[in-house]
Parts: sequence; C-alpha cells; structure tokens
Amino acid sequence: MLRLFAALLTTLPALAQAEDLVTAFTLDNGMEAVVIEDHRAPAVVHMVWYRSGSADEPPGSSGVAHFLEHLLFKQTENLGPGELSATVAANGGSDNAFTSYDYTAYFQRIAADRLELVMSMEADRMENLLLVEDDIATERDVILEERNQRTETSPGALFQEQLRAAQYLNHRYGLPVIGWRHEMEALDMDDAQTFYDTFYAPNNAVLIVAGDVDPAEVQRLAETYYGVIPANPDIPERFRPEEPPQRAERRVIFEDPRVAQPYLARTYLAPERDPGDQEAAAALTVLAELLGGSNFTSVLNDKLQFEEQIAVYTTAYYSGVSLDDSTFGMVVVPSEGVALDEAEAKLDEALAEFLEDGVNSEQLERIKMQLRAGQIYERDSVQSAARRYGAALTSGLTVEDVQAWPDILQAVTEDDVIAAASALFRPEASVTGWLRAPETDQEVIQ
Amino acid sequence: MIRILSVLLVLAAGPLRAEVDIQEITSPGGITAWLVEEDSIPFTALELRFRGGTSLDEEGKRGAINLMTGLIEEGAGDLTAQEFQATRESLAASFEFDAYDDAVSIGARFLTENRDDAIALLKLALTEPRFDEDAIERVRAQVIAGLRAEDKDPDDIAQETFAFEAFGDHPYGTNESGTLESVATLTRDDLIAAHSNVLARDRVYVSAVGDITPEELGALIDDLLGDLPEAGAPMPEPVPVGIEGGVTVVPFDTPQSSIIFGHEGMERDDDDFFAAFILNTILGGTNFETRLMQEVRVNRGLTYGIYSYLVPKDHAALYLGSVATSNDRVAETIEVIRDEWRRMAEEGVTPDELQTAKTYLTGAYPLRFDGNGPIASILVGMQMQGLPIDYVNTRNDQVMAVTLQDINRVAGELLDPDALHFTVVGQPEEVETTN
Repeated sequence: MLRLFAALLTTLPALAQAEDLVTAFTLDNGMEAVVIEDHRAPAVVHMVWYRSGSADEPPGSSGVAHFLEHLLFKQTENLGPGELSATVAANGGSDNAFTSYDYTAYFQRIAADRLELVMSMEADRMENLLLVEDDIATERDVILEERNQRTETSPGALFQEQLRAAQYLNHRYGLPVIGWRHEMEALDMDDAQTFYDTFYAPNNAVLIVAGDVDPAEVQRLAETYYGVIPANPDIPERFRPEEPPQRAERRVIFEDPRVAQPYLARTYLAPERDPGDQEAAAALTVLAELLGGSNFTSVLNDKLQFEEQIAVYTTAYYSGVSLDDSTFGMVVVPSEGVALDEAEAKLDEALAEFLEDGVNSEQLERIKMQLRAGQIYERDSVQSAARRYGAALTSGLTVEDVQAWPDILQAVTEDDVIAAASALFRPEASVTGWLRAPETDQEVIQ
Repeated sequence: MIRILSVLLVLAAGPLRAEVDIQEITSPGGITAWLVEEDSIPFTALELRFRGGTSLDEEGKRGAINLMTGLIEEGAGDLTAQEFQATRESLAASFEFDAYDDAVSIGARFLTENRDDAIALLKLALTEPRFDEDAIERVRAQVIAGLRAEDKDPDDIAQETFAFEAFGDHPYGTNESGTLESVATLTRDDLIAAHSNVLARDRVYVSAVGDITPEELGALIDDLLGDLPEAGAPMPEPVPVGIEGGVTVVPFDTPQSSIIFGHEGMERDDDDFFAAFILNTILGGTNFETRLMQEVRVNRGLTYGIYSYLVPKDHAALYLGSVATSNDRVAETIEVIRDEWRRMAEEGVTPDELQTAKTYLTGAYPLRFDGNGPIASILVGMQMQGLPIDYVNTRNDQVMAVTLQDINRVAGELLDPDALHFTVVGQPEEVETTN
C-alpha cells in the first residue's frame, strides 16, 4: 500500500493568485488598511486592530487593555449603552473583540452591503468613548468572572500563567493578558480612560476588511469615516522592558488537587518574526512541526508515544507572530505509572537524539507539502486571512512579510532547522514545569 | 446513471445576492448525497454522518463506539497507524472522526490533485481498520486520560450529572466515552462489533462542497461506501426527560460554580419549532442582546456569559442553559434566571423583540454559508434533521411567518420556571440540593 502513494510528493500549481486578492493602503492620518477580496458569499468581516495590548500596559494595571476592550461595548457620545452590538445584531450580523499581548481587535461580520454602517460605528468609538462609573463597576465584575472561568477554575491555565511568569524575567509578556486578579480588582475609570487616550487613534490602528467588497469602495468609506479622525501625535513608541540575558534554568512545580492528569511543559525563549528577517522564525516554525506537529509521525510522538510508550500525548508549538521575543514550547503527558522526572529525562533524550541524527528528509517534505496545501485550504476562510494580516501588522510585520512567509517556509533546509534548534535549546533560557496533584499523604501530615 | 435534483439557493442579504446551487445526487450504487460545486479553490470538503452514534453502544460496552471511532485512523489494510498517517500527511489530506450521541461524524478535506488517493486511503480506514492491539492500548489510554480529566472539570461534571438526572440508564444519561471501568474491559471483538453496528449504508448521510462534479462524486461515494454493510444495529427507543424542578449541588473545591440548567425541550419536527427557536433567540441565544445576557451579565455583572439552547436529540428533546458565577453569587444568579424564565412564560416577548429577532435571524442565515467546509456541514446536518433540499430557500420565510401570538403561546407552553432544574458544581453559598 505504501508504494501506491510513494510518488505523491509533487509540487502544487502556483499560488500567486491568492496575493492578487489583497490590497493595502494608508490613510493620510496614518491609519493602515488591508482589503482581502472573497466574492463567494455576500458577507464582509470588518476589523480594527490597535497596536496596543497587555504588554503595553503601565505597571500595576495589568488587565486594563482587556478591561477597556469590554468597555468599548458600552457607550459613546453618539451611541447608547450596547447600541453598537444591538445595531449589528438587528442587521443580522455578529460582533466581538479580543485582546492579546500585542494588540486589541474589534470586529463585525455582516452582510457586505452593511459595511458602511459598521464602519461608521467603529470609527465613532475610536474617538468618542463615554465612560461612566456604573459601567465600570459591573464590567469589572464581568472580567473577574471571566478570569474565574478561564483561569481560576483551570489548573492547567494557572500552571501556564506561572510558566510564562517564570519565562520572562523583565518583559510584560510574563503577565497574563486578562491581568493579575489583585490588579484587576483595582482597575478604575481613570486607568481605562488613560489607556484609551494614549493608544486609540487612527495612526495606531490597522483596518482589515475581508469579503465581498471592492477595494476602491472600501478606501472611499475608510477615508470618509476613519480619515476624518485626527492622528494622535503623542502615540508612545512601543519600547517594552526587554529581557536581560537569561542565565539560569528555571523550574516550576505547580500542585493543585484538581489535576487529573499530570504533565510536563518546557518552554524556551525564542526569536520572533521580524520585518524582512523571518528566516530564523521560519526554521523554528518547521522545527515545531517536525517535533510535535503530528500526533503520529513527529519526532516526539514517534519516540515517546510509539517507541518508548511512556507518553499518551506530546506536542510542540511556536508562533513567530510577536512584537518581541516569543516562546517555543513542548508538552509531554506521561503514561500511567510514568513519573514526571522520567518523562522529562526521555524528552531531553529525544531532543538530544534529534540534534545528533538530524532531520528526516521525508518528514520535512511531508511538512512542506502540507504547508503548501495549507495555502489552498486557508483560502476557504476569509476570516482567518483577516486575522493573519491583523495580527502580523500589529506585531511589527508588513504586508510584504506576510506574503513572503510561505516561500520562506518552503526554503527552510535541514541544516537551518538543526541550527535553529541548537540555538534554541539553551537550558539557561528555559522553564521546565510540572503540573501535578499534591501527594495524598501530605494531607495526612496537615 | 446519476440522478440529479437541483435547488438554487439565492442568498439575499440586502441588494447583494449569492447563489449556492445545492444538487441532490443519487449515485449509480443508490447512495444519496447533497453537493455544491464550487471550483474556485482546488479542494473538496466531504462530510459523512452515520446516524445512531454512541447511543448504539451495546449493554455493558459503554464507550465501545467512541473507542472504535478513535481507532479508525490508527492503521488500516497493510498500513500501521504511523504508516497510515504518514501517507495521509504526504497527500495533505485531513480526516476527522468524531463520535456523538446521535451520530458518528467523518469529515474529510482533500486537494483535487490528490482526490483519488485520499479517498482510497479513507476507504481503507472505513472498511479495513486493523484494530491492532498496540493501537487499542494507546487510544484506550488516551480515552482514560480524558475521562479522568472530565472527572475533575466542573463543566464536565455539571453536564454529566444533569444528563444522568434527566436520562438515567439510557445512553443519553451516561458519558459517551464510557466509564473508567467499561473502557478498561473493552476488547478487540467489541470494537469490531461497534464498527459493524454503526458504519452501515442504511444510516449514512453525505454532503460534498468544492471542486468536484456530480458524476465524480457519485463514483467517489460508491467507491468509498459501497463495501460497507447494508444495515447496522437498530436505533434506541425514545426516552422521557426524567428531571424535575429543583437544584442539585455537586460539591467541588473551586472559586466559581459551573451551572447547567434546563427542562424538557421541543422536537425538531414540531410545528412550533420555529416559534421556539425565535423565543430562545430572544431569551438566551447566541448574541449579546438576549434577556439572560442583559440581566445576568450586563446589568448585574454576575457572569462572563450565559446562554440557553434548544437541544432536539433523536430520541428526546431538552431545553438547556449554562452559566458560571462566583460561589457567593450563585443564589442570586439562579433567582434572576428563574425570574426571567417566569417573566417570559407569563408575559411573552414584545413586538419589538420579535421584530429584532427576525431581522437578526434572517440576516444572519446567509452568513453561515461562508466556505466549503461550513456549507458541507450545514448540508449534512439538514439531511440528518430530515429537512427538504429547498429548506434553505424557505427557512427565512418560516422565521418571518411566526406571529406574536404563536411565540407567546409557545412561551407559555414550553417554559416552565417550576420545572427548571439547576445542577451546580462548586461551593455555592446558601444553595443546597432540593428533595
């Protein structure tokens, strides 16, 4: 059977047409815009991304970027409380927003002929937000419940929070996007208003419009609604506290009685994609695929799940879309009866073996084939294309970088991967975490 | 010869219109499929559903169908699990196998240039799964790890507790993945039996969207499904919803309680289903404007999110909701939900609310058809629900036809605040199990 499929590693037809569907322009006030055409359905996704996320928050106010995101759904000088979302819904659309380390983004998905309506409302809340004390109090309760739901009730989420805090010695990436609870409890109207006044302006925003639209018409609307908002000349440069040299391997042991399945996590500080300089990140992206991208054929899965049979699950992950240093991570969920220290030793053994043996060329080819095919499959979802551009452009990259990325991935060689891995796996830049339930006999001692 | 019945869906959203041409084809071998030809991207999304799902587990074999479904991709024909997956990866095809209580679902995505090889590989998985002992043990360990995690997850505990209170020993009442005990004892023979009980031609539904013609699809499904057995196991019996009004508290050490609430719901083929659907859109549906979201989150800050949903299963119907709130606010949250339930049952909706919900639902419907994958899922779901092929064209008219009288009558009949049961997992203050 295998031979039947042996000749299939062909190259795909050229994919240049995908790029022709992307148009970019910049308004006079500095607001950047990207239009992605997809005329298969009469729908549009309209997004505004701000170059401000949790890593841009002032010390002591963790969570304010996300808190402000919630408050943007309240009222403006022209729109009543909740009116924006209600108007979107009454027009058959949906809307939401999300906050990350490097960006905050707002979006609506609606019939394409309602683009002007949502754009007018989004432009309104870029400059006319109206905060009132009542909204502050109830919405602060909402974000605290959100933290409960996402983090406090999940030992895995609490563990990840501790891992990041240990990974970043100085950078704000070490703080949770949603905020530390004690700081969230103290967030007030001034905190939100100051963050809004500092960062919400057209010259700190990226407009993404994707769907059944004409780029020239989008530009006309953007000039009408966003183009009239004055730029803020005082937008701060995004200088975050940078990481000092990392000199000591860190270990995190997190115990919680709610842990049903202990596991091991390892992260390394890793370079991110930089404009015009994405090769190292591309090699790391391929490395993550080689080590843990497939549940059956990746290096860690093959070694730990199939060969040694000491793990029930393994994975590796890396995202290069980040303004500052990113992380490269691996997870090993040990089989029943396998201790975490044994799992850790086997992980290290597998990584050492990988560096020693080098890359399996057939595996690399399969991954590249899937990355190429991924470009075809991705065209089925214009919304994910919109998110890809939005995240990249608020993380220091350009449209050209986004479009060059697939070819850069295809150009990654076996040597590139091994060089990237050798540079990455420095114990001094790593955190190793164990998540487990407390030993039951500790309860007896208490 | 392939028989084709074609319905042109005109998606009207304002002045712009899109056309989705849904064709019903019958393959030379007699299998029906719904197809949308869409050749602008060189791939196809194929969806298969086998009705019955994990509810066809035999007595004492709970979890067999779930485990079997997990093993379909773990080796077939002369290919071991790893060889099978390496082949799939080299084709850049993706296969997804999932077991639900009313269906086993298989989704495939493949490039036009690799279509024949991808289908040959998928056929191998469907018809010649190996169920190798090492694969069984590997997947069994994964299932058991998942069950252990669910045992300590408040949301999962709430769902499982509510389901058992509603359905007891019927398959709907227990975890479809099985129990630690049942999964531990499943044998290779049990998996083979599960396979032939579920994956049969008399219960399969097929849809495809993408770069493929009716003739190509007809040949493809005959090739893919032709060797499956003609008939599988009989469907389970209908089951009454046995849960009564009240509260169940499951103590669990966590700062925020997870709550599932609900009572009996409405069947999908009920004449009042559209009225109930609009009613739920206003009470607790997916958007931000619902009464529950406004009262519980926006006005009081009690939660991050609250939703309610009609759950018409094949053999029973539920009306459910979910919310999570701090332990000290559970009592207030329950009171607000019950009050809203009662207010809606007694007073119904306002003309404005009905109008707004209709505009929302009719405007949002065309937006669902936004990609080959999503459209294929919608089409196979419609077939499972027994909807006609022209449903996409009549659906918005059926929404618009619901009157204020209809919806308010249904509100009084469907919503019963005294029958609402709340299953609370956490350490709620001043809330105790009733009865």
